Amino acid sequence: MRRARVTIQTEDFDLTAEVAALRAQDSAVGAVAAFIGTVRDRTEGLGVSSMELEHYPGMTEKAIEAMIDDALFRFDIRGVRVIHRVGMLMPQDQIVLVAVTSVHREQAFQACEFLMDYLKTQAPFWKKEHSPEGARWVDARVSDDDALTRWGLSSRNAAA
Amino acid sequence: MNTVNVRYFASIREVLGNGEKIDVAEEVTVGALRDILIGKSPSHAAALARGKALRCALNQALSEESALVGQGAEVAFFPPVTGG
Repeated sequence: MRRARVTIQTEDFDLTAEVAALRAQDSAVGAVAAFIGTVRDRTEGLGVSSMELEHYPGMTEKAIEAMIDDALFRFDIRGVRVIHRVGMLMPQDQIVLVAVTSVHREQAFQACEFLMDYLKTQAPFWKKEHSPEGARWVDARVSDDDALTRWGLSSRNAAA
Repeated sequence: MNTVNVRYFASIREVLGNGEKIDVAEEVTVGALRDILIGKSPSHAAALARGKALRCALNQALSEESALVGQGAEVAFFPPVTGG
């Protein structure tokens, strides 16, 4: 059975187990690049006591699957694993994992960055921060749109 | 007639709920559908107001407002995405 490439889940994930599964039975792999995004305890000077993550079941998975297909086309990589958590998270919790395997390091590093830039602006997830002062939806950043342009892709996610 | 399944997410969902079914003419664009919804109630008008950063998806793929809404389509409206 082919292992899932994309999982949206409320539970935490284990980097070691995920990388081991990604590398299993592929002895051509010589490099693994992995990125983990975590919950900060403050943004723009305001304290964050918890963070709520919402997604669009069905579309979110499809969007990330398409990103992985694009990455496999653009880069010389062997395997990709993406896990994104939803629900209520606390500061220091893990939010997202993007792990990529390749023969040499450069392609894995690049594909990992490409996938994160893509995910930030094109995958339907929304963050709501809770603090003692109240709750607020996180604003999208124009800098995330800019990051995608280095891959020759345009995004107007954050634009008014 | 064409019954469209409208979905809302994040801050828009908080105002308008998870979504609604709406009957529209055979050939409407996503933008025209947005205008029809804006006309439904003051809360629709506020949540979907023109000039507000709003993204849309047609059948679970990001879409432009010029896209044509097909028979039985699913159309979603939501704020800019903030995952990762």
